[in-house]
Amino acid sequence: MQNNIAINVEHLSKTFNNQKVVDDVSFTVKKGEVFGLLGPNGAGKTTILRMITTLLKPTTGNITIFDHDIKKDSKLARSTFGVTGQYAAVDEDITAKENLLIFSRLNGLSKKEAQIRTKELLKEFSLEKSADKSIKEFSGGMRRRLDLAISLITRPEIIFLDEPTTGLDPRTRTQMWDTIRNLVKHGSTVFLTTQYLEEADTLADRIAVIDHGKLIRIGTPDKLKHEIGESKMSLKIIKNIDILPAAKILQNALNSKPQIINNTITTRFKTTEQIIDGLSQLSTDKINVSNLTIQEPSLDDVFMALTIGKN
Amino acid sequence: MEIKKNRISTIQNINTMAYRNLLKTLHNPDHLMDVLIQPVMFMILFGYLFGGAIAGGVHAYLPIIVPGILIQTILSAASGSGTQIKEDMETGIFDRFKTLPIAHIAPLAGQLLADILRLVLAIIASLTTGYLMGWRPNVAFGWIVVIILITVFTGWAISWIYAFIGLMAKSATMVESISLMTMLLLSFLSNAFIPINTLPKFLRIIANLNPMTHVITAIRQILATGTFSNTAWIVLISDLAIVLIFASLTVWAYNRQN
Ligand SMILES: Nc1ncnc2c1ncn2[C@@H]1O[C@H](COP(=O)(O)OP(=O)(O)OP(=O)(O)O)[C@@H](O)[C@H]1O
Ligand SMILES: [Mg+2]
Repeated sequence: MQNNIAINVEHLSKTFNNQKVVDDVSFTVKKGEVFGLLGPNGAGKTTILRMITTLLKPTTGNITIFDHDIKKDSKLARSTFGVTGQYAAVDEDITAKENLLIFSRLNGLSKKEAQIRTKELLKEFSLEKSADKSIKEFSGGMRRRLDLAISLITRPEIIFLDEPTTGLDPRTRTQMWDTIRNLVKHGSTVFLTTQYLEEADTLADRIAVIDHGKLIRIGTPDKLKHEIGESKMSLKIIKNIDILPAAKILQNALNSKPQIINNTITTRFKTTEQIIDGLSQLSTDKINVSNLTIQEPSLDDVFMALTIGKN
Repeated sequence: MEIKKNRISTIQNINTMAYRNLLKTLHNPDHLMDVLIQPVMFMILFGYLFGGAIAGGVHAYLPIIVPGILIQTILSAASGSGTQIKEDMETGIFDRFKTLPIAHIAPLAGQLLADILRLVLAIIASLTTGYLMGWRPNVAFGWIVVIILITVFTGWAISWIYAFIGLMAKSATMVESISLMTMLLLSFLSNAFIPINTLPKFLRIIANLNPMTHVITAIRQILATGTFSNTAWIVLISDLAIVLIFASLTVWAYNRQN
């Protein structure tokens, strides 16, 4: 395999009851990257993930995983990835250890290998103490961890995670992020969906923003932030009579209409030069300022600007 | 450590799946209560309630009711397969199985293999209760084994029908009501508890069309004469046909993607 493409999705569409839920989506996921699918509720994230993982048949479009066409070589394709769905799918009635043993066997490990791997994973995911407990007694976080552990039995080359941290407390969420980073360090490719901007920002190398089934934008978090989000500068004017002249100076220098709330002026800007320019003019006119702050664009801006969501 | 992906055969995967289902039963033995308690309860209740009226006494009624209860019990044990499968689908565990590099029939076949245990337990409970109430079939013990095997196979064939219903139904609750309804209709509109010729003509036609009537007749014939009747052959061939048809339908329904 000489190319570095892990997943290739071409013109993917899905129609449920005459309603287009995924609409002509194309993208590629590179080997070894964390690819995030970001979108509001009902955007179609799970549907896309289920089509790639062979759980749902696309209405139209082609998908290849490591050059295996998922239609023709679905068994081969399936042997390269592990999936953790949106809702933890573990066997409720049996113990954590039995879950891991059974899935190890189903993944083609021998009895002995299965036992070794189960032990390793229980340790890795801090589930040793609860190994013999029924899953019914597990907390949501423990279920998620077991769910992920099951997906990692064969150390798959690609791991699909559908909203891996929804419903987790902040500490468990951070642990989950560390686990995901660790996977990538060991060479895995990670495909995840999330509604959390912070999660996409810290974890993903590239993000695809989708809404109403359409791919809206794709790129690195930084690129998206700078393309769509805007940086803002705000400062406080000491003397009240200076407020209006200052606003005028900033409007010209930063080329954007300022917002004035009490003594604070907030203006969007594109380049640092604009700020230097504006500040030096304020200084020339002897206008005193304080509390200068610069706000970098955030993915929140991107999300809000790009998506409308269901409601 | 590099994980080798051995080519594990479908048979082995089915065994693992069956093991999973047995583990589930071991952790929740109460799931077996229905197949154990129901035959005991019905046998005692019907035996003492209707025995006098229908056969002139409990003892004379036993050769009629034992095969009847036997079939009623396997119907209800078999319908458990459908409920189980639907429940597994609802928890999402089947989705996980589908993403594994295993044959798609493995999770279903594993379930059905493990369900044989339910059938065997149901049959033992029925026959033991009959024995304790005084049922003494007049044939060699080998023939008892034969009817146990026929009953297991019939129950297993019916399990595939319920598995199919389980996959097609909207919810586990719906599967449960369908199971209860078909169990009641198939067992009461048959010769399980009463001689068919006592029925009004309309019901007699229905009871004769009911396949359970013929299974029960086959078992009664074997137990009465100690020979393998034609009806018994027809039952076996029909069971085989049901397995072939419904195993394919079930796999089709399982693979059916939206
Ligand atoms: N099996 C189905 N039949 C009909 N409609 C469906 C089905 N599955 C999903 N949908 C619809 O497709 C749309 C996208 O659903 P999907 O689950 O992919 O969204 P999502 O982005 O994962 O949302 P969430 O963040 O809430 O998980 C929704 O409008 C949903 O109602
Ligand atoms: Mg979803």
